[in-house]
Amino acid sequence: MTARRLIIIGPLVYLAVFFLYPLGAILAKSLDADPFIGFGPFTRLLGDSYYLGRIWFTIWQATVSTVLTVAIGLPVAYLFAKHEFPGKTVLKAVTTVPFIMPTIVVAMGFLALAGPQGLLNSALMDIFGLDTPPIRITNTLTIIFLAHAFYNYSIIVRIVSTFWANLNPRLEESAAMLGAGRFNTFIHVTLPLLLPAIVSSAVLAFAFAFTSFGVVLVLGGSQFATLEVATYELTAKLFRLELAGALAIIQMLFTYAFLLVYTRFQAGAAVRVDLVPREATSNRRRGTGQTLFLIAFVFGLLAMLSPLWALFERALSSGGGYSFTHFTSLFTNETGSYFYQSPITVIWNSIRFAAATMAISLVLGTIVAYFLARPRRRGAGVLDALFMMPLGVSAVIMGFGFLIAFNRDPLDLRASWLILVIAHSLIAYPFVIRSVLPALRGMPVQLREAAALLGASPVKTFLHIDLPILSRALLVGATFAFAISMGEFGASLLLVRPEFTTMPVAIFRLLSQPGAANIGQALAMSSILMVIVAVGFIAIERFRYKDMGGF
Amino acid sequence: MPILEVSNISKSFSDGYAVEGVSLAAERGEIVGLLGPSGCGKTTLLRLIAGLEQPDSGSISFDGVTLDGMPPKDRGFGLMFQDLALFPHMDVIGNVSFGLRMQHLAKDEVRQRVDELLGVVDLTGYGHRKVHELSGGERQRVALARSLAPKPKLLMFDEPFGSLDRGLRESLQIEVRAILKEIGVTSIYVTHDRDEAFAMADSIVIMDKGSVVQAGTAQELFKAPQSELVARSLGLKNVMHGTVATTGVESPIGVLPIDDPELGANVGARVLVLIDDRQISVKQQEGSVEGSVLEGVVDSVQFHGGESDLVVRIGDGRLSCLVRPGDASMALAVGESVSVVVPPHAVRLVHLGQ
Repeated sequence: MTARRLIIIGPLVYLAVFFLYPLGAILAKSLDADPFIGFGPFTRLLGDSYYLGRIWFTIWQATVSTVLTVAIGLPVAYLFAKHEFPGKTVLKAVTTVPFIMPTIVVAMGFLALAGPQGLLNSALMDIFGLDTPPIRITNTLTIIFLAHAFYNYSIIVRIVSTFWANLNPRLEESAAMLGAGRFNTFIHVTLPLLLPAIVSSAVLAFAFAFTSFGVVLVLGGSQFATLEVATYELTAKLFRLELAGALAIIQMLFTYAFLLVYTRFQAGAAVRVDLVPREATSNRRRGTGQTLFLIAFVFGLLAMLSPLWALFERALSSGGGYSFTHFTSLFTNETGSYFYQSPITVIWNSIRFAAATMAISLVLGTIVAYFLARPRRRGAGVLDALFMMPLGVSAVIMGFGFLIAFNRDPLDLRASWLILVIAHSLIAYPFVIRSVLPALRGMPVQLREAAALLGASPVKTFLHIDLPILSRALLVGATFAFAISMGEFGASLLLVRPEFTTMPVAIFRLLSQPGAANIGQALAMSSILMVIVAVGFIAIERFRYKDMGGF
Repeated sequence: MPILEVSNISKSFSDGYAVEGVSLAAERGEIVGLLGPSGCGKTTLLRLIAGLEQPDSGSISFDGVTLDGMPPKDRGFGLMFQDLALFPHMDVIGNVSFGLRMQHLAKDEVRQRVDELLGVVDLTGYGHRKVHELSGGERQRVALARSLAPKPKLLMFDEPFGSLDRGLRESLQIEVRAILKEIGVTSIYVTHDRDEAFAMADSIVIMDKGSVVQAGTAQELFKAPQSELVARSLGLKNVMHGTVATTGVESPIGVLPIDDPELGANVGARVLVLIDDRQISVKQQEGSVEGSVLEGVVDSVQFHGGESDLVVRIGDGRLSCLVRPGDASMALAVGESVSVVVPPHAVRLVHLGQ
């Protein structure tokens, strides 16, 4: 018993060294500029209208993005929850594609679709013979909102539709029998019951928009810096580490407040609502009007993916025709850049870092999940919260913390590729926990007891009972970890050395150099990244654990 | 003149649940029991009457008005679901007042009616309880009060007591029937439990595989069940087909003598043979007694704490006999040969195809 408890020490040490210590370093940095006043950098920031503006901007852009995200997500959630139609499973998988895509790919997709040389603009210019692009939304808020909604609407769809599909339809029917029309039924019964799911998914979408980095950096330009972008600029460009630290602390306070709200509503959703198996709830009846509506809906969803189609199209088009020019030119260093790396090296870097991240996250996440799955274990709630903490720290802050914490012996990791893998694993392993824990909790204790009674040793029991049952959940967690590492941008941008350049960083570097050729190469690299992640994603959908794993 | 008339209604689903050509009528203030096994279409029929499903063909009218295509909210009916479907986000008052609020009644009026109903279902003082704080029986009462609040013209029940234990179920049955009768609301009560149907309903409709097989008062049904299925639904144990002969009735267990002077006139008629299991006597094989003596073998013995159900295999059939404590036949074991006496007054014939 005691020996079993000791396994948690490994993950605890990992968390303490690689998460809490950098966090402490940030806090110390934010306070050490003026040891006598202590809150100097905070006073500086909060007295500076630019940084106050960043805080305000971050909040309201996240609010508008969230409203848009919910507005798009709810109708889709409704259709998935209450209707059966051919190809539903595939379509449901399709809606998740944007969420799994690296931010940099989403940003590139929006550039490819609606940028000055984007698909829409070049088509419109051809058709109407225009000299200038008619759609000018790059470097505007509109494109940021759209990209955030595109990126996050599947969170709303996933969480709300699962909840909605399991909501007892007798409740709505009872309302109808008591004289409520469709509108009143929705307002008085359906909506209040869905509210915990809507709020908790909206809070997640808000948190993602709040800490948005890649999308804002690539699409927004300098005038639309979020706290995340401002922290990055203070760190990487202005070298005002004490201000970056203070800003990071402020952002973290906000994020943890959101996560608190999220957990509250999650708990609310779990307590008292009347849920039934989803087979009982979906609508089998269909008229012509509904069929037409469903067809329109399918096209709408495919249109939602247009930034990704556009990305492919732009990557393949050059000089009026289609070719692999952009892909082949990745192999030459035309501008003689110091940062140049062969695409083979870059892709190989990304893949091996992702593989290492996956391995570390799986081990960490599984151990923690096993520890937390024990019912009535004292302090499990606190430990759960502790191990989920990295989820609340944005990637840039994580990278910043690593930079200032691991720059001297005995933990000088700056020159090692391990620093990237460790940062990625901290972002990824909470997803492994959240994926494995439900499966572990759903596993009857009797199975292990039966195996033990039949003479299996603990190791044999794990191999023959636990592992096969958990394999799907583990695979989901593994794929999430892989995809997160492949797409991770904020921390990598701060930590990476030229020889360890990963794909998202390479894309950003190409993009920040002038010239159409560089943009073409960035598009080509983004397409490759998209394909690699999509392959992993297909694996997730095939092995998803009864729709309950993931987040 | 019945107030509810369902005529020749049909509805089919791709997954098999169906109602086929069902007709049904209820008088004003009558409680109609719908009895049948699970999956026989009872619930679908209720949902059709409620307007939650639209029929493929046939029509439903209430108080002379055809209900075709009318949405549920406009029908003014109540429906109490099997799982009750109390609104989990509202307290007791919120649930009970829901229908009244949908009618936009004045606040005072709503409060007064809610108080009155909580009194009716014996839940005065429970108004501010949350739904999940209530016991099973209390939830049933809230659901009943909620259904009664808007004064429905027709109240339907879909096995609402299914999940309760026996004692609670029986006391609620008596209570609910008393409330319904006092208010005088026309009701349809769906159940698969015949005792519940007898306890609750004025008349009973027996359904099987989506169709009505027979309808009538309990007495009428007992007197002349028109099929083996109906007889078995009513809980009769010895039901078999037979043919009238000059000496009695030919049945799978042999020829049984009948006390009926008019028997001769019906020779050759197909009948349903019902044998009262309480009036059969079973003895270990020896000698003969008055009445028909049948030779058989004990097939099974089921002890019910006091009485025993003894099933005897005779010829091609089986006969179920009730054995009381004190009878010598209490000691009989499976496989023993026995002689069975079926006295003529224990046999009842129902002529089929009338």
